[in-house]
Amino acid sequence: MKLTIVSAGTTSPSSTRLLADRLTESLTKQLGDGDGEELEVHVVELRDVAVDIGKNMVTGFPSPALQAELDAVTGADGVIAVSPIYSASYSGLFKSFFDVIDAGALTGMPVLIGATGGTPRHSLALDHALRPLMSYLRATVMPTGVYAASQDWGGEDAGELHSRIDRAAGELAGAMAGTPRSRRAGDGFSDFVPFEQQLADLGQLDV
Amino acid sequence: MQFGIFSVGDVTTDPTTGTTPTENERIKATVRIARKAEEVGLDVFATGEHHNPPFAAPPNPPVLLANIAAQTERIILSTATTLITTNDPVRLAEDYAYLQHLADGRVDLIMGRGNTGPVYPWFGKDIRQGIPLAIENYALLHKLWREDVVDWEGKFRTPLQSFTSTPRPLDGVPPFVWHGSIRTPEIAEQAAYYGDGFFHNHIFWPFEHTRRMVELYRQRWEHYGHGPADRAIVGLGGQVFMRKNSQDAVNEFRPYFNDAPVYGGGPSLEEFTEQTPLTVGSPQQVIDRTLTFRENVGDYQRQLFLVDHAGLPLKTVLEQLDMLGEEVVPVLREEFAKNRPAHVPDAPTHASLLAAENTEAVAAGEAR
Repeated sequence: MKLTIVSAGTTSPSSTRLLADRLTESLTKQLGDGDGEELEVHVVELRDVAVDIGKNMVTGFPSPALQAELDAVTGADGVIAVSPIYSASYSGLFKSFFDVIDAGALTGMPVLIGATGGTPRHSLALDHALRPLMSYLRATVMPTGVYAASQDWGGEDAGELHSRIDRAAGELAGAMAGTPRSRRAGDGFSDFVPFEQQLADLGQLDV
Repeated sequence: MQFGIFSVGDVTTDPTTGTTPTENERIKATVRIARKAEEVGLDVFATGEHHNPPFAAPPNPPVLLANIAAQTERIILSTATTLITTNDPVRLAEDYAYLQHLADGRVDLIMGRGNTGPVYPWFGKDIRQGIPLAIENYALLHKLWREDVVDWEGKFRTPLQSFTSTPRPLDGVPPFVWHGSIRTPEIAEQAAYYGDGFFHNHIFWPFEHTRRMVELYRQRWEHYGHGPADRAIVGLGGQVFMRKNSQDAVNEFRPYFNDAPVYGGGPSLEEFTEQTPLTVGSPQQVIDRTLTFRENVGDYQRQLFLVDHAGLPLKTVLEQLDMLGEEVVPVLREEFAKNRPAHVPDAPTHASLLAAENTEAVAAGEAR
């Protein structure tokens, strides 16, 4: 099975990537050796393709490097998408990446959303920003999203973060195991409406 | 194989001089460019259709093409593209048939849906109906050119009863039609269904878009019983800028590239030439690059180049045409002819369509 991580953290190391890694770790454990199939993990660091994303926005098509990352996301069996919260929402880079993905390419994709921020006050950004974005893309969003504020990485709240990570990763593990490989949406080249049908729909098919 | 140019008719400030041609200058330059295309031995001149600034392409291409027809002898006049979505198919049937008569059959069309959303409401149409409009309007146009008296009803215009579109197509042979689309499978499907040509503009986009669309069109052409896939009629665009020395071409073209609305602010000239069919360099580089197009789409019938774009002055455009006609196209003709299977047809012309019709009529007569 293929898992793709989308991380919009911009520093290295970033707490966004740290959260993504912890989610991945928990997921790997929970998938265990269920069907004996190895989990292939691919990480898309958006920082590395940030300029290419900008170029795609003005030209309408991705560079080969960006195309490879887009393919890794749309061809995965599950996705973990993690953004830092900037100005009360996902980062512009995170949104831009999902803006250049073909409409429909994530249909039915199991997605676990995560976010990081300086304070816990913006935790609802997960539900008012990331979740509707993924719903728009017709992804299957896991019920538990994971928000990690700075204080969650230590002190008395750390245990709670752990349990949220495990719960969310468990949901994704279940969804990935239960989602058929044929989930991938058609790209229009294999599932277009035959022309006679289009003519018939308009009452223009001569018989 | 046919070689030619296509123009989008943009009125763009020359970034190297700051001068902007007037609409009158741009329109007259377009006519001059078309005449030059014939003078240097090209086969096709195609014009865009536009309804908004900064374009001075004709809103109704037959107006321009009729003027060019009067000043030329041989070159085929085409469009890139005729808006099948927002034009009344009755007017298209009438105007292009009239043009056929004036131009003695040197006319074909490329149908497109346009690149400007607001053009739909300007003509009372709904952009969400773009594909159904393209399908219904073309179905009617196809009928109007082939049936003398038409009874018709559809969703998007008033019904017709006992209607005859005049004039009738020259010699009873409708103009050949190509359908253009960058990445809409339904349009490749439409072209295949009718056994019409498929044209990919093949500029500003990566080869992959072109390859997939042409592949689908060829498969579906065969599916609809028009013959083997490699006999389908394929046309491609392309954009070139040439100088004798390739570095001179790059240096001269770069400011135009950097300022062009479709290019500027994005990838560099180098990235664009690598990732799309844009070729900037020596005539030999243009030859080499163009010859690779066949690897993506198979043997094809028509190659059009965009040369009068992004504010390039008329003098420069005419120089480009000289190089195309003298150095590039003769070699391309020779090279594309090599290893081309004998059963791959040429692009249909009025003469070839008329001959085919006569052969069919004779065959039908003999059968009787």
